[in-house]
Amino acid sequence: MQLELSPEDAAFRDEMRTFFTTEVPQEIRDAVAGRRELTKEQVVESMRVLNAHGLAVPHWPVEWGGQDWSPLRRHIWHEEMQRACVPTPLAFNASMVGPVIAAFGSQELKERFLAKTANLDIWWSQGFSEPDAGSDLASLRTSAVLDGDEFVVNGQKTWTTLGQHGDWIFCLVRTDPEAKKQRGISFLLIDMTSPGVTVRPIELIDGGHEVNEVWFEDVRVPAGNLVGELNAGWDYAKFLLGNERVGVAPVGATKRVLAEAKEWAGDQLADPLTAARFAELENELLALELTALRVVAHSADGKPHPASSVLKLKGSELQQAVSELVVDLAGPMSLASGAGDDSDVPAWARRATPAYLNLRKASIYGGSNEIQRQIIAKTILGL
Amino acid sequence: MDFTYDEEQQALREAVRGLVGKTYADFENRRRTVAEDPGFDESLWRRLAEMGILGLPFREEYGGSGAGPVEVGIVAHEMGRVLAPEPYLTSVVLAGGIVAAAGTDEQRSEVLGALSEGTSVPAFAHAEPGTRWTSTASAVTASSSGDAWTLTGVKEPVPHGVRADLLVVSAALPDGGTGLFLVDPSDSGVAREGYRTHDGGRAARVALTDAPAVPLGPAGADQSGAIAAVLDIARVMACNEAAGAMEVALDTTTSYLTSRKQFGVTLNTFQALNFRAADMYVSLELAQSVTLWATMVIAAGRPEEMSEAASRAALQVSRAGRHIGQEAIQLHGGIGMTAEYSIGSYTSRLTALDHLLGDGDHHVRLLAAAVGDHDEVDPLP
Repeated sequence: MQLELSPEDAAFRDEMRTFFTTEVPQEIRDAVAGRRELTKEQVVESMRVLNAHGLAVPHWPVEWGGQDWSPLRRHIWHEEMQRACVPTPLAFNASMVGPVIAAFGSQELKERFLAKTANLDIWWSQGFSEPDAGSDLASLRTSAVLDGDEFVVNGQKTWTTLGQHGDWIFCLVRTDPEAKKQRGISFLLIDMTSPGVTVRPIELIDGGHEVNEVWFEDVRVPAGNLVGELNAGWDYAKFLLGNERVGVAPVGATKRVLAEAKEWAGDQLADPLTAARFAELENELLALELTALRVVAHSADGKPHPASSVLKLKGSELQQAVSELVVDLAGPMSLASGAGDDSDVPAWARRATPAYLNLRKASIYGGSNEIQRQIIAKTILGL
Repeated sequence: MDFTYDEEQQALREAVRGLVGKTYADFENRRRTVAEDPGFDESLWRRLAEMGILGLPFREEYGGSGAGPVEVGIVAHEMGRVLAPEPYLTSVVLAGGIVAAAGTDEQRSEVLGALSEGTSVPAFAHAEPGTRWTSTASAVTASSSGDAWTLTGVKEPVPHGVRADLLVVSAALPDGGTGLFLVDPSDSGVAREGYRTHDGGRAARVALTDAPAVPLGPAGADQSGAIAAVLDIARVMACNEAAGAMEVALDTTTSYLTSRKQFGVTLNTFQALNFRAADMYVSLELAQSVTLWATMVIAAGRPEEMSEAASRAALQVSRAGRHIGQEAIQLHGGIGMTAEYSIGSYTSRLTALDHLLGDGDHHVRLLAAAVGDHDEVDPLP
């Protein structure tokens, strides 16, 4: 038992802190601090700055641009990045498809995609959910039928986040309709400029365009774009979702918003009830951060600790609770959500409700919180 | 940053589990023990002394073994797992801790030596009816005549106040401040009425009438700072004990869910119940994380950080203890209400620990008052 970081890890933390606060353009960091939507160019620029310094994909194998860091250092990297308002590397590239290609892809796929994925030369989209396959992902129906040396893909994906920017999409497709549902799924990489691919926006309750439907009509995909084995895609998807859960509790970002909210609260912080809400949230965030550190320390052999479900569950709840507090701090000013920059209402108060509404997604994506409870009940508690 | 126990600490845990855990492995044994006075197993207490467990927190020169808060926390955790009724928290951590913090070298040797050997069970008589977890005294007042001091007033509830052969008493000083005193409970100026507490423990009303008292440490000195510091350490140890109790309460509940049948199937067939158990696990893990962290903060020994860390752990554990305790009974159904079955006693003990040194709302109040003093909470020094 030891509280302090080792001198080496403390130096590492300082190094990260300095890098993130000096090398990433201030304008991008201000946009994150103001909880504004980033442009595609900002996301790309930020990730390229990180990648140029070997900091975009540290959890990948070293030969593909990763760093030989301890789990604790990865955690510090991730937290300091959020603390400095640096956009975290695009998850579809850095946390999802990259590690899957690196772990299961052919040498050819690795050489073709990994460097461009790390540098965001390719913007990846995720093609998992379907209208009838949400939490029950394995019931997906988008089909891929081999025809010569090409798959012919038909079907519909949905909730495709930022699909409007996507160059390529990694999809779970059904390649064996006869097999038990998990066993007939494959992991396929599809060029979104292929004929037959259509992306349609879905407007969300915050007024934004963040997610899309993606339609596939007789889309021809070279058989070489299959990742790993045919019909083994479900295993790769589980690997990917496990990775997603670990990074999905943005403790650092939530702490930062809560700290900002104290500024926004102004005189309201003197109100005992408001102060108590801050105190309770701060304590829960501390508990979550410490739990993340415990999980990090026990994540042996790269597999996510089962308690990572706790991080996803609690992390999303706290993210939502902090956004709710901000709306309450804004009070009647929160109604000015459509006002422009000439408004007398400060920007944070104008952003409060859209941010709150947008974050309702946090307990739904990445395996809904009910799925996380199911995982805890089954794999940890043996129920 | 390391949340794991080293080999020696693991060995300590195994040793305590082997002794205390084994003694109370059968819940019926605990029921029998708490039914009879003094409410704990005197022979187990002696064996704990022989193992060096009672002297764990005290320096070797005073008869202890000079271990740290991490080791004391391990013992508290193991006691919590089986609801051991021995007064480790109140007599060793609290009463012993006060003497270690405020006593003269001579007093430390005498009191802590006998405590470590198991021959003396001191009690800290501090709470007064109407006060809420302060570090000062008001209802009991101290008077001096020359070098002689006497105390008058009522302390209640005093944990194990009747079994105690030495009372460590806080009292308002004539010139202001709170002093600490050693009082021989067999003196005619001390009247004690003992009773059982809901969690199987013992407490007493201790009425002092011009009771002769020996100042602990320098006579007439305000000791409220020392009291506050020891209360903070004890809070974190109470969290360790509660964490052990919560761990077993959840285990017991999940075992019940997988064995109890209704409608022809085991209860874990029902998702409504499983999800509630999953939420209990979340509460437990978060509380355990803050408890381990606060224990390390105490071990690091920077006084300005200890109080805040104690409040943070106490808040998290208070919320978790209520959640887990209440749900544990509910998920058991009627059997959870019976004294014969263990689970209700876990809830009862968690409730007692919650109110012994300050509940969640008390600590929220403290933390809320300071919430504007910092941007964010950084757990790493």
